[in-house]
Amino acid sequence: MTLAKRIIPCLDVDAGRVVKGVRFVDIRDAGDPVEVARRYDQAGADEITFLDITASSDDRETLVQVVEAVAAEVFMPLTVGGGIRTPADIRRMLNAGADKVGINTAAIHQPEFVEDAAERFGSQCIVVAIDAKRVSDPGEPPRWEVFTHGGRRSTGLDAVAWAQRMAHCGAGEILLTSMDRDGTREGFDLELTRAVSDAVTVPVIASGGVGGLQHLVDGVVEGRADAVLAASIFHFGEHTIAEAKAYMAARGVTVRMQEAP
Amino acid sequence: MATIAVIDYGMGNLRSVAKALEHVDDRARVRVTWEPEVIRGADRVILPGVGAIRECMSELQRLELDGVVREVAREKPFLGVCLGMQALLGESEENGGTAALGLVPGTVRHFAAGFAEAGMAAPGKVPHMGWNQVRQTRGHPLWAGVPDDSWFYFVHSYYVPLLGPDLTAGVATYGLDFTAVIARENIFATQFHPEKSQHAGLGLLANFTRWDGTD
Repeated sequence: MTLAKRIIPCLDVDAGRVVKGVRFVDIRDAGDPVEVARRYDQAGADEITFLDITASSDDRETLVQVVEAVAAEVFMPLTVGGGIRTPADIRRMLNAGADKVGINTAAIHQPEFVEDAAERFGSQCIVVAIDAKRVSDPGEPPRWEVFTHGGRRSTGLDAVAWAQRMAHCGAGEILLTSMDRDGTREGFDLELTRAVSDAVTVPVIASGGVGGLQHLVDGVVEGRADAVLAASIFHFGEHTIAEAKAYMAARGVTVRMQEAP
Repeated sequence: MATIAVIDYGMGNLRSVAKALEHVDDRARVRVTWEPEVIRGADRVILPGVGAIRECMSELQRLELDGVVREVAREKPFLGVCLGMQALLGESEENGGTAALGLVPGTVRHFAAGFAEAGMAAPGKVPHMGWNQVRQTRGHPLWAGVPDDSWFYFVHSYYVPLLGPDLTAGVATYGLDFTAVIARENIFATQFHPEKSQHAGLGLLANFTRWDGTD
């Protein structure tokens, strides 16, 4: 009897619709967020993450309504990320029914925002999202930097040190995305995942690159992640959550098996 | 019509608790409230809460709700959730030591301190965040239809150590065994979030909406 490793489907939301970018360019529509969330709830997903990729503030209001609609029907943890920049943004999402918010760029511009948010709302609802890219040359000791703008702009920050700093500021969880792997289906950057997971005492969610079920196992066993986030392998019906959990359980990973309702 | 008061003292996601209650009982009148008279007038009361204990206690005191909570926790079907469970104890080690409501004897501890004292390596990260199983240590009306060892969603860095069997209805393990459910007379309190625990959690909440407050 122990804590289960979590499987978290991630829904990218643009103007109220779920989309998933492949390397953030070729975007396909995977449906209505409430419907998708309900399906994942029934399928036994452990949490759901909404990532708002909307650019305009009008459409951000749409996401608040989406969160409200989902939280009225789906009784599992919900995380909302994307465009969270102020305490008012956090308050609005929590009031809409989110349990956690993901903070990314705003943390880089203003690390004290994370400290303030953790103090005000509690660490349990503050997830710091880190987009990391390998900057070392092959043969060198691996090193990753934190990137913004979908992986196009380097901040010069060392990703492992940044994760430690954010945990120290009160982040309750780190959502770690490899921008090298995101959309590639080649699996997580396991060295990155492990380096960060070993460096912080808070849970780490591995993200970026899942193309098959073995990648999920690798993420928790080799990457030492506490949770795995994936999108396309679930959204397009290649694998069910139940298949993923059965696969992981058969390889010795503790997962929560869904009780029949 | 039965009214359920969800005490709103500015800590946490109250909407989820209210929505979950409405979901399991469409006749339930759920009031998210800080008004003492509404809380005193309700048939059932829920004390939710996430965040830090010092903030929790100071908000309860600022809103003059600490006395109201002590009062209703003695007489009505009462459900504490997460921090709303920890607040029932005498004190917490959190925030350098914080006095709590004192309805249940004991001290809330930090996992790191518990692991160190037990001489064990941490079994994983702190907070203890995610799904874990709860052993039902005794029968209770709120366990009706909820299978033993069901999975529930937890998120906490502090925990309630094992209490006597007369105060406990559920135990979970994270390196060490800790109290997942306190039950005494009309009080039931869970460290986990039933409103976030899918089927098992909704079953427990449905039982609460029908509970008369006896064991």
